[in-house]
Amino acid sequence: MPRRLALRGVALLYLLVILLAPLGMVFYRTFQHGLEPVWQTLSDPLTVHAFEITLIAAAVAVPLNTVFGVLCALAIVRRRFRGKGLLNAFIDLPLAVSPVVVGLALYLLYSRTGWFGPWLGAHGIQVLFALPAIVLATIFVSVPFVAREVIPTLRELGNEQEQAAATLGATRWQRFWRITLPSIRWAVIYGVILTTARCLGEYGAVAVVSGRIEGKTETATTRVDDLVQNFQTSGAYAISVVLAAIAIGVLVLMMLTKPKEAV
Amino acid sequence: MSIEVRNVSKRFGTFTALDDVSLDIPENSLTAILGPSGSGKSTLLRVVAGLERPDSGEILLSGEDATRLAPQRRDVGFVFQHYAAFKHMTVRDNVGFALSIRKRPKQEIRERVDELLELVQLSGFADRYPSKLSGGQRQRMALARALAAKPRVLLLDEPFGALDARVRAELRDWLRRLHEEVQVTTVFVTHDQEEAMEVADRVAVLDRGRLEQVGAPAELYDAPASEFVLRFVGDAVRLGSRLVRPHEVVLRRWPSDGAVEVEIERIAVLGADVRVDLADGAGERLSARLRRDELEELELERGEIVWATAEASVRDAEAGHALG
Repeated sequence: MPRRLALRGVALLYLLVILLAPLGMVFYRTFQHGLEPVWQTLSDPLTVHAFEITLIAAAVAVPLNTVFGVLCALAIVRRRFRGKGLLNAFIDLPLAVSPVVVGLALYLLYSRTGWFGPWLGAHGIQVLFALPAIVLATIFVSVPFVAREVIPTLRELGNEQEQAAATLGATRWQRFWRITLPSIRWAVIYGVILTTARCLGEYGAVAVVSGRIEGKTETATTRVDDLVQNFQTSGAYAISVVLAAIAIGVLVLMMLTKPKEAV
Repeated sequence: MSIEVRNVSKRFGTFTALDDVSLDIPENSLTAILGPSGSGKSTLLRVVAGLERPDSGEILLSGEDATRLAPQRRDVGFVFQHYAAFKHMTVRDNVGFALSIRKRPKQEIRERVDELLELVQLSGFADRYPSKLSGGQRQRMALARALAAKPRVLLLDEPFGALDARVRAELRDWLRRLHEEVQVTTVFVTHDQEEAMEVADRVAVLDRGRLEQVGAPAELYDAPASEFVLRFVGDAVRLGSRLVRPHEVVLRRWPSDGAVEVEIERIAVLGADVRVDLADGAGERLSARLRRDELEELELERGEIVWATAEASVRDAEAGHALG
């Protein structure tokens, strides 16, 4: 009995010190002087703009990576082809490589001396230090989540139900929409939630390629950093709280949507 | 719809699942494909359904080449061993799937599903999910689903294999009656010779990818074309140099021409029949099946020495080898 309590105590203490204390500190600091200053910083046009940029990047990255993730999972689970192992490994690359390195790689690729930079520059397309770079960086770092959620579910599903649908007259397209997709829907939803969370929280790669120009290419996360650098800590706290609240909201949403039906 | 399988071969890597199989299945027949596991019987059924493409050979449905036709265009109903129920749909939506794919009016789908659920005795279960059904109920749902679009061929892959013995016996009986009610060419795969003999009009025996024999159940039993069929369809025992059925063994208290001297090891009463376990001088074991009154007439006891012969319809083991 005491040993079990000890185990529980250690686990809880660890979580408290590592996770909850910093989070609690941010919340405490933010609301230390009431709601008024919080609202003031959040309604600052520059902050609103930063949130807009973050949301735009997420709005592009999430649908793209959802479609790509589902297609990748289907290819990896259902098809045999050369380089399948490589594809499987590449999907995890964004998890393995530090976002700063991702940012640097994008920077090199799209700079005036990179592979894509000169051609794009000649056609008047500005990628670096502009919205396209932010979107690209966000897409890159949030690639793995949908595929990683969907692959095990597809494996478990097998393809017997789809074969049954085929013998019942369903075309490939009908089989996908009426059998496969409904069967993996929870995995896709989890994947989308995790992808969204990752997009909103992205800092490292975006920090390198965005240029962090106030009111232009600043995202919510880079603005937190900039405000801290300029000793405007109350603004930084407020934005952090919003980001943390979104993350907590995502976790709660995942818990609530967890399917209860026996499959 | 008649089915013709012509010289079909199929390999999976180095494993030969089907080796030059040719088989005619007449319209509206009820045929069993019987064989041990790994004999290629499921592959043959899947080739007919279009779920596997043969490496060579042809499949003709109603006399027309269907070898390259996609499964959804073959007009077949297929029932899987593990039901392949659409887990995210109710029983009603499962059964109505083929009709909803064909964009039939809602009212028509409703009526047809009700009719089918009645047929498979699942009328009260329309709004349940498959996870809330027993194995036997799921399999009946899968059957109703396969029949919904009125296929011209019904294919069943070990349909009762995952069910317990009592439910299996019920469903066998039920499949037989269903086939009489719904006239459709039916082919089912099984490894259970009793199931094949009991349900089917015709049985095709497969062994290691090769078709051994096709015929009525009685033909296979009485005139097996090979030693494999003899051993696989019904019991067979070796008596001297011959393979015979246990019920063909005759026991006498005196020697006669070709009779083998055996010792009675055990007598087991199985209701109206008796199984007598015997061992010959070389230690080879065999068993005879007698009627109980025959045993009583002979007054046989354990440990006694008797002479075993077989009735006229026996096959020579040498001939059996030649056929195999």
